[in-house]
Amino acid sequence: MSTETQSTPASVHTRTKSTLIERLDALYEYDREPVDENKLQGWWTFIAMFSSEHISGTEFVLGTLLVMHGVTAVDVFGGLALGNLLAVLSWAFMCAPIAVKERLTIYWQIRKIAGPYLTILYSGLFALILCLLAGSMVNVSTTAVTLPLHIPSPNYAAGQTVPSISWILIAIGVGTAIAVLAVLGFERLAHFAKVVAPWMPFVFLAGAISSLPSLGVTGLDNFWQIANEKIWTGAAYPGQMQYGFWHCVGLAWLCNIAQHMGMGDVTIFRYARKWQMGFCSAFGMFIGHYLAWICSGVLCAAYVHAQTAAGVADPNPTPGNIAMFGAGYAGVVCVLLAGWTTANPTLYRAGLAFQVATPNWRRWLVTLVAGILMIITACIPAVLHYLDRIVAYYGLFFMPLGAFVFIDFWLFPRLGLARNYAERRGLLISWPAAVGWFGSFGICFLLYAKDRYTSMAWINKHLPLFLSHYKADLFLQVLPAWLIAVILYTLCSLIQQGFNPISQEQTK
Amino acid sequence: MRTPGRHILQAVSFAGLALSIIPAFLVFGGLLSMEIYFHLMVAGMLMWFGTAIFWIKKDNLG
Repeated sequence: MSTETQSTPASVHTRTKSTLIERLDALYEYDREPVDENKLQGWWTFIAMFSSEHISGTEFVLGTLLVMHGVTAVDVFGGLALGNLLAVLSWAFMCAPIAVKERLTIYWQIRKIAGPYLTILYSGLFALILCLLAGSMVNVSTTAVTLPLHIPSPNYAAGQTVPSISWILIAIGVGTAIAVLAVLGFERLAHFAKVVAPWMPFVFLAGAISSLPSLGVTGLDNFWQIANEKIWTGAAYPGQMQYGFWHCVGLAWLCNIAQHMGMGDVTIFRYARKWQMGFCSAFGMFIGHYLAWICSGVLCAAYVHAQTAAGVADPNPTPGNIAMFGAGYAGVVCVLLAGWTTANPTLYRAGLAFQVATPNWRRWLVTLVAGILMIITACIPAVLHYLDRIVAYYGLFFMPLGAFVFIDFWLFPRLGLARNYAERRGLLISWPAAVGWFGSFGICFLLYAKDRYTSMAWINKHLPLFLSHYKADLFLQVLPAWLIAVILYTLCSLIQQGFNPISQEQTK
Repeated sequence: MRTPGRHILQAVSFAGLALSIIPAFLVFGGLLSMEIYFHLMVAGMLMWFGTAIFWIKKDNLG
């Protein structure tokens, strides 16, 4: 064991925190030791946590996007069921077992295998993407606030790429309120978010059920027919890519991949008594990413249908508009709170990650800077329009480091490789982890970009036939990305440890 | 909080949830207008938030 892991919290606090690595370690100091037995939690804690964390403002957007991307009813009901099932199994069989055996946060697990430099990079980039996601949630809440004020939200699909000044001012107000409240009382707001969570699925469901008659649904007998003819029609809206069954599977599986296959939730499951509590994720997935997505799809279709019938040329199914249509002011409040309660913890985590790179800054200042990034993002309508793609990039980029944690735990001892090599050797950076991380994302991106961007079509000429014929959308790359990451990391580790092995004595 | 008070609060909370979903089925069945449904949804929301905040516990995951 290296001297670093033998440092006590007191010793860390007394020495000068002059380097980035020391500041980062000090920030997470209280999580350095495995969780005590007396702090372990039962089933209800995880059921409640997953049910509340995975019903957010963005569900209003993603369900709507699936409708606009022209999926069919079978794609939605079947594809989302399969994708969410895969996500639950990933939590239960990949993330939770390691969490209950190691009982350490993801920060320390990555630190042990990838070294501090890659961990800092991971934290910094993770903070940026969290600001982006928090911004999308502020955008969602703003669509609710502007509605009663009769300020139209930008319709990106109709070419409105920049919001009006009045809309921007409202977004700044909402974002500032969220940032200030996150600074003043995160814990109290986290409790409020837990109170909001059980009510939200009822609003989603009520909005969808009450909207069905406007589409012509009169009972279960004609629901499926109307669903295919008027909701999930199989024809993409103008300007939208065509999605199908596997896009639905991929989106449902990918959108939280940083948490399950990427191991982010080992930080949560280190409190679990048993690894089987990983199955509690089903409550979050099948309420938030199945029921809520289907309901927001129904709301979107009903709203667009009603607006088109009223002669509106370019209906704008923003979260605020569709919630008002289906559930009135309760729906508007739901959108506002759904965005707010999830933007807050997201902003808090972003601030925590940003704090690493800002020496001597106070916590409130770091959170406000993260808040400014969040507000800027909230004023970019393209973020909501491409939210599904952003979520896919986010998942594919951050997943590989979690895959290394999984392989390091299960496969390395069987291959005779030493676990936590970077920590044992005191390495600042693990080059196998760097190759695996950027190699996996880079290869998957190129396989996607070669058919997506004309400027990159030349790649096809230099690929073997089977790869040039491989049309790989982002959503279809979960398994390839994981496999490439694992293979690269394992091969590079074999080379690294072959040249500089850790002896049996040291391994013990 | 004492158990009887907690039970009363929980009863009001669950009634609020019921009021947030049952009217939608009545609209679907053609038994309720959208206008009344919207009012009932607001009432259900107020009942839930007015009571649930007092009995739903904070979690203590790190």
